[in-house]
Amino acid sequence: MAALRPPRGFRLPLCRAFSGGGCQLVPERGGERRDAAPSQVSRFCPPRKSCHDWIGPPDKYSNLRPVHFYIPENESPLEQKLRELRQETQEWNQQFWANQNLTFLKEKEKFIDSRLKAKGLELRAESGQKATVNAEEMADFYKEFLSKHFQKHMCYNRDWYRRNFAITFFMGKVALERLWNKLRLKRKKTSN
Amino acid sequence: MAASPHTLSSRVMTGWVGGCVWYLERRALQESPRRFLHLLRNVNQQWVTFQHFNFLRHMYVTQLNRSFSQQIKPKPEPVASPFLEKASLDEAKAEIYEMRPLSPPSLSLSRKPNEKELIELEPTPVIEGSIAMGTETKEEKQWKEMKLRVDDLPGILARLSKIKLTALVVSTTSAGFALAPVPFDWPCFLLTFVGTGLASCAANSINQFFEVPFDSNMNRTKNRPLVRGQISPLLAVSFATCCAVPGVALLTWGVNPLTGALGLFNIFLYTCCYTPLKRISIANTWVGAVVGAIPPLMGWTAATGSLDAGACLLGGILYSWQFPHFNALSWGLREDYSRGGYCMMSVTHPDLCRRVALRHCLALVAMSAAAPALDVTTWTFPVIALPINLYISYLSFRFYRDADRKSSRKLFFCSLWHLPLFLLLMLTCKRPAAQGDAGGPQS
Repeated sequence: MAALRPPRGFRLPLCRAFSGGGCQLVPERGGERRDAAPSQVSRFCPPRKSCHDWIGPPDKYSNLRPVHFYIPENESPLEQKLRELRQETQEWNQQFWANQNLTFLKEKEKFIDSRLKAKGLELRAESGQKATVNAEEMADFYKEFLSKHFQKHMCYNRDWYRRNFAITFFMGKVALERLWNKLRLKRKKTSN
Repeated sequence: MAASPHTLSSRVMTGWVGGCVWYLERRALQESPRRFLHLLRNVNQQWVTFQHFNFLRHMYVTQLNRSFSQQIKPKPEPVASPFLEKASLDEAKAEIYEMRPLSPPSLSLSRKPNEKELIELEPTPVIEGSIAMGTETKEEKQWKEMKLRVDDLPGILARLSKIKLTALVVSTTSAGFALAPVPFDWPCFLLTFVGTGLASCAANSINQFFEVPFDSNMNRTKNRPLVRGQISPLLAVSFATCCAVPGVALLTWGVNPLTGALGLFNIFLYTCCYTPLKRISIANTWVGAVVGAIPPLMGWTAATGSLDAGACLLGGILYSWQFPHFNALSWGLREDYSRGGYCMMSVTHPDLCRRVALRHCLALVAMSAAAPALDVTTWTFPVIALPINLYISYLSFRFYRDADRKSSRKLFFCSLWHLPLFLLLMLTCKRPAAQGDAGGPQS
């Protein structure tokens, strides 16, 4: 079955070392683990006998749930393509949302600070009580944040829709391919 | 909600499904007053919608989930997700200073069931400290196998198709059917009921399919099946197709082509216009209001076969109702919308948001008066509906003037009981078909 080229707009990852096989926990534990945000994924290893993907709790920064992809022994090129596409999309999504959420927090903090300063208050009074900005003033921030990042969101939306469609399309192809293989095997068995 | 047959059958009543839903929620309210009060108090942290009444959902879903391996857990640790928990502004503190430099972790890992390598790995956890082991096991427990179990499927599909919203949609269709000035035809009603329900399930599933990463980032929607990986996108799309095709076919050939066309158009409007538009422009609210207005139109056309003034009035009522309902709801979700990139009036044009809500409440009053003029109801209807119409208009005026969370919440909760009651009153005041009206226009 001729493998379809993925649509333009995103590239499939190069064959990385860790997609070649085995649990990649050992090297990550060793030295590659980034200090920024230790991922829960790095510690998890699904049970040996499981032949399904595993999905984890929401990530701290992106709120997206990471998926541990299962690589079957007899993975076809199409299945590999699908898995790599899903992996790459997962990373891309993670990058975007972690960035988005952290930027939001940062800018919100800056805004609150500036508003409180304008009022002549400190973020934390001497008594230790935190000064706050009310919801209606925060509304100015929300509006500003939304319009500031509008273009970025447009690009993200477009890419997300394309990736989502591509992944689902490939899932359909893989399902058909598996069905076809099963039927072919059955026919072989009945003919023998 | 609808996964267990007896719950579903209790909600299916001719033309009164909306009233039943309302009644059942009131009952749930009585049964769990503490939860409800807790809910009201904590509404800052967690918005609920009619569709996702948290206490009701928790009740039903907990019952369903008893057989599931996955439980809906409360947030595991307060530190884990600073974004979803910190709705209260008190907590918008200097946590940002503790943030490490931004380099989001890589999540992708694949594994092969290669015995040798796994054996190498197994001793590794033992080497780690026991404290680390403790946290590890806790995190590891939160990982779920993405294996679809057949007995989980009904519950998952119910949540995928937003079954409560579908029930509301179907109840408005039933109201439209029952209000039409023709003798009530049971077979036609059942076909319309089922067809509209299937169409709504399809539209909702596609909506969830499109919105996975956005849903993950909003409190209200983070427990949806696709977000939690309980179902694959392929299965969601297949399910949507398996609902849309028979649903629209049933409406087109079992009822009439006009109803089928309206159903298909509504699916298209919701999935291909409203859903993407939510992130592009505030016009999405008006499109969404049309989506809500079409089901009663479908009910009417199913009964009569044509779109006449009464149908348009009913559609207009539902259209206007959407605004106080949604605008009040969105007032409390501004932070989530802003962060998630949703273009909503409450964020970008707050004055317009409140003005539109008030405007449409007043329109509801006007349309109640138009109902007898168009021969849909008797003149009793605007009189007995006046108290509830005035009340919701008053609350929307308060919302317009005060523009705070309290008034928005009040308006939202009022809209939840206002609509079923309004439709119920219309039905009780329906103009009898046999009664000739010398002065009024013939419909």
